[in-house]
Amino acid sequence: MSAPAPSLEAVGMTMRFGDFTALDNVSLSVPPGSFHALLGENGAGKSTLVKCIMGFYHATSGALLVDYREARIQDPRDAQALGLGMVYQHFTLVPSLSAAENLVISRGDTPALINWAAERARLEAFLAGMPFRVPLDRPVSSLAAGEKQKLEILKQLYLGSRFLILDEPTSVLTPDEADEVLGHVKALTVSGALSVLMISHKFREVRAFADDVTVLRRGALAGRGRVAELTNEDMAAMMMGKAQIGSAPPRTGTPGDAVLELRGARARDRSGFKEIGIEDLKVRAGEIVGVAGISGNGQVELMEVLTGQRRLLSGAMTVQGAPYAATRAQARRHRVRYLPEEPLHNACAPHMSVAENLALRDFDSGRNGTGGRIFLGRARMARRAEELIRSFDIRTRGPQAQIRDLSGGNVQRAALARELSGDVALLVVANPCFGLDFSAARAIRDRLMQARNDGVAVLLISEDLDEILELADRVLVMSDGHITHEARADQAKPAELGRYMAGHAA
Amino acid sequence: MADPVDLGLWAVPLAILGGAIRVSTPFLFVSLGECLTERSGRINLGLEGTLILGAVSGYAMSYHSGSALVGVLCAALVGGIFGMLHGWLCSFKGVNDIAIGISMMILGMGLAFYFGKAYIQPTAPRLPAIPFGGWSDIPQLRAALQVNVLFLLGGALAVFLAWMLKNTRVGLTIRVVGDSTDAARALAIRPNRVRLWATSAGGALAGIGGAYLSLYYPGSWNEGISSGQGLMAVALVIFARWNPINCFWAALLFGGAGALGPALQSVGITEGYYLFYAAPYVLTLGILIATSSTERAVTGAPGELSITK
Repeated sequence: MSAPAPSLEAVGMTMRFGDFTALDNVSLSVPPGSFHALLGENGAGKSTLVKCIMGFYHATSGALLVDYREARIQDPRDAQALGLGMVYQHFTLVPSLSAAENLVISRGDTPALINWAAERARLEAFLAGMPFRVPLDRPVSSLAAGEKQKLEILKQLYLGSRFLILDEPTSVLTPDEADEVLGHVKALTVSGALSVLMISHKFREVRAFADDVTVLRRGALAGRGRVAELTNEDMAAMMMGKAQIGSAPPRTGTPGDAVLELRGARARDRSGFKEIGIEDLKVRAGEIVGVAGISGNGQVELMEVLTGQRRLLSGAMTVQGAPYAATRAQARRHRVRYLPEEPLHNACAPHMSVAENLALRDFDSGRNGTGGRIFLGRARMARRAEELIRSFDIRTRGPQAQIRDLSGGNVQRAALARELSGDVALLVVANPCFGLDFSAARAIRDRLMQARNDGVAVLLISEDLDEILELADRVLVMSDGHITHEARADQAKPAELGRYMAGHAA
Repeated sequence: MADPVDLGLWAVPLAILGGAIRVSTPFLFVSLGECLTERSGRINLGLEGTLILGAVSGYAMSYHSGSALVGVLCAALVGGIFGMLHGWLCSFKGVNDIAIGISMMILGMGLAFYFGKAYIQPTAPRLPAIPFGGWSDIPQLRAALQVNVLFLLGGALAVFLAWMLKNTRVGLTIRVVGDSTDAARALAIRPNRVRLWATSAGGALAGIGGAYLSLYYPGSWNEGISSGQGLMAVALVIFARWNPINCFWAALLFGGAGALGPALQSVGITEGYYLFYAAPYVLTLGILIATSSTERAVTGAPGELSITK
């Protein structure tokens, strides 16, 4: 790469949406060839700031300097022309196209007739100058998350970007993948070929890769400095302000009898061509069993087996010793509850009210619950909803608000409130904190630990290894549809688990 | 022409082959049109209406101009405009492409029957066929190998579409839009505009399929001219996994199934043969059941398609 990396400076950026000030006089400076981290809670204004830089929003006031010259960026194309490129949290690649096709179509000047031989030669020449590469011919949907993220970064470099904005680039990667991708990006900045502004809330990554950090809180600058001169506590204090971060409630009690057991369970996977197989899985009362794994290694199928959405080809599933097929009656009898990932889509009726969603477990139970035998117990439902909203701290305009209007953390809290209310023996949870910020995630994790201490058997399927290591008593690693490793959480080493997750451990 | 040779039971596969080539052409054009539209992420159920509208407009223009070619071009134009109407209506927020498709189907049929009343009697010039069976002495084989130009054109078109989707900017753009609206927006592609043109082009192909019905086989205009080919093409595209080349083979299969009834009748089976007239419908049902699954995702389906989401 020939062109040197540009510098970028944002001076006094303010962004107002009506009365609401999303960004209040924030300044930020990224020298050429440096790696700058932007820290902050959800809603702190990080996204607003980078969207102003990229031209998605037009700042109410403030200026942008690219290479010490004032830049007027009206839309993302202007930003692209100045060499600024953004890698989003969600992949923007087209799943059914190959990597080569994705790269070629992303160029603004794709020829009407594509000469693949020539394009291939050009792509190979481009990749030869890169520190990493990806398979060019497979459809993107078949690539692992780490490879997709690498391809997103390659795409920006291919388009000529010399200043990269990375929006939580590692949220879907394993620790090893994250280190590899960010390591390559770091190497490009050290060589002076690239400047980077990375949005993150993982201190570990900020510490390992960033030179400088800027912290935002509620739209305003909360602190900045050289990463080497700050401790994690300093950064956390800047992010949270006075609010105490708190630590997890202590782990108490000892595990009891097995509640959930899967033996020799086989089921077809989503493609229909492969199978998942769980030889032996036991979850006992009063313990959290974590299932770690990279997304797409059979966790979704396992969850579907447990919720009765996927047929077992062979093997047995029992709960409290009785055969279990996850019918509504069985789930009620054995007190089994679920919190699937993305609860707004998988565990809620988005257009129904918070109160109605909170009553979905027992509106038809006829007694004890919120429901009558024929007519709904509206008054009881509302009363019950008020209680749960209070005790689980769900922020909503009221019990009658549509649940889809709630923020992600509050939807998660509402679903968890429903699933944990009453007497619960087994709770199956998948990616409960995906996309949540620190304090929302903290609240959910505390609830899970509390449930465990109260004697609930918890199966936690999560792609976030840190979460599993924090919460679980035992860790299972799922790779290619099978449990390939088991360890006690307090003795497990993240690097070793990462190797099992990636499927290339001995 | 020579006297028919008695072929015994061999007459059945021969009649099916000939029938497959004859009957498959409308399937082929409608399914290629539907395939193109669906690859852009939209489904057009109105192609049955477009097919019938193409049949009547093709027949009418052929009659007035005296040229079957003009008729075919006119049918393509009418189909294209009709498809564009579908694409335009669907570009509004909150409009469902399936509901619009069904109303377009009924509208198309209504328009065709209204304007078609005057053309039931007159005879229009028909499309020519190329005799590929000259080398044989068997008249049935010669008849079976009377291949219409549109069939050959359709085969070439299938190959062209498959090539286009891989090797041109237009093709890649259609696939991007069909697979992910968000990704398309990020690339500054306007999904609605791409879908408008893809639906319009798909409609034009369906119109040509309709012209084949009225100008070659069965070769006259009447209100019962289509027997649901436009709707069956939707199933056919799913069966073909959204691949134009597969559409060609699937159309032959459906055409062969459609020829089963007449073929059995021609060898003198007089009882129950009409059951075999239902073969294409049974095949459609069978294929949809066989390729569906509660646990497997449909492979090859464009990500933005509302029936597979």
